[in-house]
Amino acid sequence: MDKTLTFFDLRRGMSARVLELVGDQVCPRLVELGLLPGTEFKVTKVAPLGDPIEIRLRGFSLCLRREECGCLRVQEIAKPPGKKGSAS
Amino acid sequence: MTPTTERRAFTVGLVGNPNAGKTSVFNALTGAKQRIGNYPGVTVEKAEGKLELAGASCRVIDFPGLYSLAPISVDEHVASEAIVGDGRPDLIVSVLDGSNLERNLFLFSQIAEFQLPMVVAVTQTDTMDRHFHLKCDDLEKALGVPVVAVVAHKGIGVQELKHAIDKALVDKPIPKIELGYPKVVVDAALRLIEHYQSQGMSITEAQARTLLLDPGRATNAPLLATQDLENKVDEIREGLIGAHGQTKTLDAQVRYAWAAHVKRQTVSPVDSPKKRKTDLIDRFLTHRVFGLAFFVGLMYLVFQSIYSLAGPLMDLIESGVGAVGGFVSPFLEGTPAIQSLVVEGLIGGVGSALVFLPQIVILFFFIAVLEGSGYLARAAFLMDKLLGWCGLNGRAFIPLLSSFACAIPGIMAARVMPDQKSRLVTILVAPLMSCSARLPVYVLLIGAVIEPQFGPWWAGFALFAMHFVGMVVAIPVVWFLNKKVVKGKRLPFMLELPQYQWPKFRDVWTTIFSRVKVFITTAGTVIVAMSVVIWALLYFPRPDLGSLEREFRSLPLTNQTSVSLENYQERRQREDSILGRFGKALEPAFVPAGFDWRLTTAILAAFPAREVVVPAMGILFNQGSDVDESSQSLGDALKSATWPDGRPLITPWSAVSLMVFFALCCQCMATLATIKRETGGWRWPAFAFLYMTALAYLASVLIMQVGRIFG
Repeated sequence: MDKTLTFFDLRRGMSARVLELVGDQVCPRLVELGLLPGTEFKVTKVAPLGDPIEIRLRGFSLCLRREECGCLRVQEIAKPPGKKGSAS
Repeated sequence: MTPTTERRAFTVGLVGNPNAGKTSVFNALTGAKQRIGNYPGVTVEKAEGKLELAGASCRVIDFPGLYSLAPISVDEHVASEAIVGDGRPDLIVSVLDGSNLERNLFLFSQIAEFQLPMVVAVTQTDTMDRHFHLKCDDLEKALGVPVVAVVAHKGIGVQELKHAIDKALVDKPIPKIELGYPKVVVDAALRLIEHYQSQGMSITEAQARTLLLDPGRATNAPLLATQDLENKVDEIREGLIGAHGQTKTLDAQVRYAWAAHVKRQTVSPVDSPKKRKTDLIDRFLTHRVFGLAFFVGLMYLVFQSIYSLAGPLMDLIESGVGAVGGFVSPFLEGTPAIQSLVVEGLIGGVGSALVFLPQIVILFFFIAVLEGSGYLARAAFLMDKLLGWCGLNGRAFIPLLSSFACAIPGIMAARVMPDQKSRLVTILVAPLMSCSARLPVYVLLIGAVIEPQFGPWWAGFALFAMHFVGMVVAIPVVWFLNKKVVKGKRLPFMLELPQYQWPKFRDVWTTIFSRVKVFITTAGTVIVAMSVVIWALLYFPRPDLGSLEREFRSLPLTNQTSVSLENYQERRQREDSILGRFGKALEPAFVPAGFDWRLTTAILAAFPAREVVVPAMGILFNQGSDVDESSQSLGDALKSATWPDGRPLITPWSAVSLMVFFALCCQCMATLATIKRETGGWRWPAFAFLYMTALAYLASVLIMQVGRIFG
């Protein structure tokens, strides 16, 4: 449960929390969209061909390619995030 | 504003996240009084409209949607430059999606720091009401500027918004928000401000924070004029990192914490929210089996409609243009050169531009409906993986599919792609898709050569395969363009799946209307101008018909009976025209590809529009221009045509070579004019023309030379 995962490990229906953004070049787009340390999200859809995936965070949904979220390290959480899905 | 003051023209800018409903608000404010242009030097489109208020008249600008003022894409760069640079608008209308308040407030918090007069329009409140209750008054208190809830397509709140804009132009309400940075950040910013003051310069707290927390921001550069200032900023930043730990996401964390706080204060969830309809529909439409099946079916419907529905309308336009030409023609009987210029050059040129309208209207009808309903984003979601591996993305699917009917609407459809690099690559390969104007060439050659020799099964296969040639060639081309040619970074793929809703009639109509207008006013004029040039190249110099008749009479009698005098004269005139001479001069270059001067000239004549090739071949092979692809006489004439030494001209190899040439070559001035319009200059159309022509030539030579080896 407390294993560090990347976006390649995410499956449909999983809930997860962002642990950190790694690398010198932090994907600026992901930061602007609010994928910040502590942000909880849920994987709501996986495209029929396996990629991209849709995640729900902060009350909105977003489709991203697994590969392009390479800088994110996440952790699976047991229960779905709160309705607001906001950063703790 | 007192009645005696002169009415001043104000500029009002609409700013918001992509999909926040900005365009609907813009349409509701400005109605039909819109003008669509381009920002200078870039491909980003600029939409402007007029708004007359009780107290002022305004120029309303719909800025490209953006997520942040730290620009990543070209669109965002243009927008943030316009919002905070010189010549900024007098008033900013910040459009916030009420169902997605947190992220929308993130952008608001950045704009707020520039202390410009602002009004807030909250959209999507109709989809929200069932689940949420937004307290506009509370939001107004939290933001410090007037807030109006707008349901643009129902007209709810539009008058109130206009009124608020009118009032704000006088009152100039400036946002007041309390972001709540940690004390270490505030202290560090103060120290930096003091240092600037000691140097005789003044910066705002927001500027100081940006210098410290976001070193890469472009607006920092003018504030770092000297090495001393740069060192000081670095020194204070080091201290900050020492006191607080890493700071790269600190600014965003503070803003999002503020946004979450405002949202908690203003949006109160109603008990037991119903399972959203959207989720239900999406279970089906993004399902790995049903979703893909529905998608394929829908795309088939779109493609069939463009392909077959447009046909009769295009015929109607062509015969209408023909009738106009026929009506005008007698009046100019006395001056044949002017008659030909007007009828064939001008009216014909207008016709060759208008003929694309049915396809453009039909395609943009579907795009507007799919976009308005929310399905377009699902299509990109489903197709992204398929197109992603060769460097495109899911949004390229519809432009490329439409290009199989016609590249013109396809290239125009590429504007659904927010990422400029992917969009440009898609535009550049769209003309490689086998459009319907290539079909007559395939049918003619397959019918004349492949079918009689190999039978109907191979003929069908050849027709099918020809539609794949361009697509297969496009894959390495995309790879190469992404790697070597198109500059700039490819943006990460990012997509939102909006809620399903019924498309709004007005938005559909506005989309179609504005696309048609843009096509006619920009691409249309270029097409007409180029038709006149090509007309002149084929018309001059004028032959002496009497000497051509004597030439005809001196031919062996068998030749005289197989060819009519008119057809012979027409053929000789084309042969001696500027273009014909050019074709003869180029023949040596095209012999390796298996083309003689007649095929070469037909190819040259088809550069403005490839569908011209069949009548051009009709003339050059003595059958007159009144032939089509199923014409028996032209097929026979092709089969019996020979090189001067008696070898047959059209063999299966040279037929394939010619078809591949047509599959790959950019013989369509309307395509080039559209690329020019969509990319804002002649650079990319010139590139598309050169790379496709080179590719076509090399492929034809390759096929012919391989054919020579195998006999």
